[in-house]
Amino acid sequence: MYEGMFESFDTIYFGGGTPSILSPRELETIITALRNAFAITPDFEMTIETNPCDLTSGYAESLRSLGFNRLSLGIQSFDNALLSFLGRRHTSRVAEDAIINAEKAGFENVGLDFIYGVPSQSIISWKETLSKALSYSPSHISCYQLTIEDATPLGLLREKSLLHTIGDSLEYGFFMATSRTLDDAGYIHYEVSNFAKHPLLRSRHNEKYWNHTPYLGLGPSAHSFLQGRRWWNHRSLHNYMKDILAQKKPVEDDETLTMEQLETEALFLGLRTSRGIELKESCGFYKDDPSNSLSAVLKKLIDAGLITLESGIVAPTIKGLAVGDSLALSLLHTM
Amino acid sequence: MDRIRNFSIIAHIDHGKSTLADRLIQHCGVSDERTFRNQILDTMDIERERGITIKSQAITLPYTAKDGHEYILNLIDTPGHVDFSYEVSRALASCEGVLLLIDAAQGVQAQTVANLYMAMEHNLEIIPVINKIDLPAADVNRVMEQIDSELGLDPYASLRCSAKEGTGIEDILEAIVHRLPSPTGTPDKPLSALIFDAKYDSFRGTIINCRLLDGTVRSGDIIRFMHNGETYKVEEVGHFLLARHPMESLSAGAVGYIIAGVKTVSDVNIGDTITLDRNPRPQPLPGFREIKPVVFASIYPIASDDYEELAVSLEKYKLNDAAFTYQKDSSAALGQGFRCGFLGLLHLDIVQERLEREYDLSIILSVPSVRYRVTLHSGETMMIDNPIHFPNPVAIEVSEEPYIRATMFFPEKYMGAVMKLCREKRGETPVVHYPNPGRVELVFDMPLAEVITDFYDKLKTITQGYGSFDYELADYRESPLALLDILVNGEKVDALSQIVHRIKARERALHACERLKEEIPRQMFKIAIQGAIGSEIVARSTISPFRKDVTAKCYGGDITRKRKLLEKQKKGKKRMKMVGSVSIPQSAFIAVLKSDES
Ligand SMILES: Nc1nc2c(ncn2[C@@H]2O[C@H](COP(=O)(O)OP(=O)(O)OP(=O)(O)O)[C@@H](O)[C@H]2O)c(=O)[nH]1
Ligand SMILES: [Mg+2]
Repeated sequence: MYEGMFESFDTIYFGGGTPSILSPRELETIITALRNAFAITPDFEMTIETNPCDLTSGYAESLRSLGFNRLSLGIQSFDNALLSFLGRRHTSRVAEDAIINAEKAGFENVGLDFIYGVPSQSIISWKETLSKALSYSPSHISCYQLTIEDATPLGLLREKSLLHTIGDSLEYGFFMATSRTLDDAGYIHYEVSNFAKHPLLRSRHNEKYWNHTPYLGLGPSAHSFLQGRRWWNHRSLHNYMKDILAQKKPVEDDETLTMEQLETEALFLGLRTSRGIELKESCGFYKDDPSNSLSAVLKKLIDAGLITLESGIVAPTIKGLAVGDSLALSLLHTM
Repeated sequence: MDRIRNFSIIAHIDHGKSTLADRLIQHCGVSDERTFRNQILDTMDIERERGITIKSQAITLPYTAKDGHEYILNLIDTPGHVDFSYEVSRALASCEGVLLLIDAAQGVQAQTVANLYMAMEHNLEIIPVINKIDLPAADVNRVMEQIDSELGLDPYASLRCSAKEGTGIEDILEAIVHRLPSPTGTPDKPLSALIFDAKYDSFRGTIINCRLLDGTVRSGDIIRFMHNGETYKVEEVGHFLLARHPMESLSAGAVGYIIAGVKTVSDVNIGDTITLDRNPRPQPLPGFREIKPVVFASIYPIASDDYEELAVSLEKYKLNDAAFTYQKDSSAALGQGFRCGFLGLLHLDIVQERLEREYDLSIILSVPSVRYRVTLHSGETMMIDNPIHFPNPVAIEVSEEPYIRATMFFPEKYMGAVMKLCREKRGETPVVHYPNPGRVELVFDMPLAEVITDFYDKLKTITQGYGSFDYELADYRESPLALLDILVNGEKVDALSQIVHRIKARERALHACERLKEEIPRQMFKIAIQGAIGSEIVARSTISPFRKDVTAKCYGGDITRKRKLLEKQKKGKKRMKMVGSVSIPQSAFIAVLKSDES
């Protein structure tokens, strides 16, 4: 169905939802199908997101033998009270076992995912979770600050004022504590929510989303991107299956980005990474004129300690990453 | 001609003028059920949304009276708000009588009295009509007493109706026919037509509304404007039904319109007399007092590229609003713009909204100001309505500000609170009347500058809605003035500057700083706001920065969502004005002027 559209794939990522509920047999069927349908480079990175409950030592070994070389473990927290508040099935104990099982199975590249900034949580208890994580020396850590969206269970609580968000200054406190703790342990804060033990251990796959690298998403709701066009599959399983059975691409909708839209995306995605953006590159807006409004805004942001500007590259500081959305808006505004 | 009646409906705001007009229109069968809508004469969107009349509207109604004769009733519905009282006075110039409406629950209010005086000045026959008798709170006897003692009219000559429910309408129509005089005038005398309004129509040019005192005019005639001698050939004359209704001719006593190829409304002088070129009348009619704006503010486009568009839009807007004035102006902080004159804050508000809505412009208004008078040591006297032009204080010999005479009506129990409010607003020389037991009429001289802000809102609040207010300009009085500047992150925002009474300078500065703190959204860095008189900082406030706003996850579908949000925010930011690196929203400029509680 996608023949000839993409060259070759060097990363494969099983994620979104809980792919670890699939049995090794089922996973094998999918992997075989992928190998038959697509060109895959020899040094490919293949990741699977797993729920700690699912990662028994047997399952870990099966994953390994299926060719997975990277695991993303949805630990969320080592605090049992918090885990139950978040509605997770697992306990801290199960989470630690899962990490050990992954190690034993020979996974060298393990990423741990956490959620923080939950209303009842203290910075101290969050730091405890972090130091426990560090004790396993994972190659990658993702720390997602809790975002409460409307029309989710937490969102509804908030709407009824039964839940209060922690406010931006406490959020900032959490964010900086996270960054500092992991930085002290030698991790690179390379994206808003992502930390790598080594530059080469950054999530190769995720970076594609931020660089406009082509990618193909399979399964309901999955997004794909190719040559300035983005499309996404049906959310509803019913519609998805209907199209698949009719040998049609299960596409719900798509968009073709204009040059300006591509630039806008490059700008805000770039400002979410420590790498930053190259002014000349993303730019109908680079002017080497100190009097223009861009220069004035840049200067203001530098003075406020939010960005650095070196050889044409605007990179957010850690403080700047925390306000990445506004950074993007203020630069966009002067374009 | 003795079958013609020309009358206006006048009243305090919201007493039901437009609703009564509806009933009269329906009773005379001018509107059928299909096309009818409430307050049918309020045609502008903004009138309908706000439920108020801004412009007078004329309409001709054919009415067959109980005596079997058909009468031509020329009705003019007028606005009640004090900003638009000139509309009333013009309407009255073309009438022989008025229906003076009084809300049965509210009783006589400030504009009831003001409008009554206007009608008396024009020697008009007055029919008091007590409206809203259907309301549970209606108290007809009390209103009758007020008509007697506060208006000095015969209460037994008053009619009662419910415009809403349509009761008492026929009695009103009969009273119009039998109690109002028919117009006098002679159709064969030289033409003399008083222009009382003009409206721009993009197909026909200017539509002139006029009242014929003498003579006759028909299409093909050459007419002459008496103030400048310009002549035009008449293309069409007619009456106003719900739409224009062309007629063969208009004769003495009639109210109607003339279309004569007049390009713009500014070519027409409201109050001017039209006569016939070949048989002119010797002198023009007395005409109207010139209306002068009393509140001034600058308008700037939010995006400086839109300046030309703003210029074109103002020119077009002006076509239909003779009371609005404008001239070029420029601000160091906000760039090129226009200094505009308004009749009051409601007028300003309406102009702003119409410009934004009808011309799709994003604009910013500077802090409104009145017109001050400053005499320098050199002897030179300057009128200053723009803080940008306020002279160096050391050069000033005398500064003066405009005062008004305010008339307020309210129940006696609010006396203390109203007195306090008026004193706070620097009111002087109060005069108190008790026109009826329990009711107060209070007259105060006050600086106009204190009144344009939110005096009326406050009066309404402290009197729980029972207070009403009317004013007329009085004179200029000496007053120590100072220029208050506002600095945002050290940069002066001249459009936020205000001329203030020196004693009140610190208070106003503090107030401005606090309001700006509320209006300016937090940004990534600290914002310092300062109020300064000359080089002295008299007030300050700080807006602390926000420090965290980035979304945690940004993969696949998040990216599209995020981009769309940014695109939307970018548009939103276009509605703010960047001063230095701080975005100041539109609302900030007016907020500075208003007080906290409103
Ligand atoms: N109960 C009741 N309400 C009425 C009556 N007449 C008018 N109203 C209401 O009073 C409000 C104001 O009516 P309008 O006809 O717009 O008043 P107006 O005098 O034309 O107001 P302005 O033009 O703004 O001065 C509306 O909500 C009407 O529905 C009446 O006889 N009885
Ligand atoms: Mg009205």
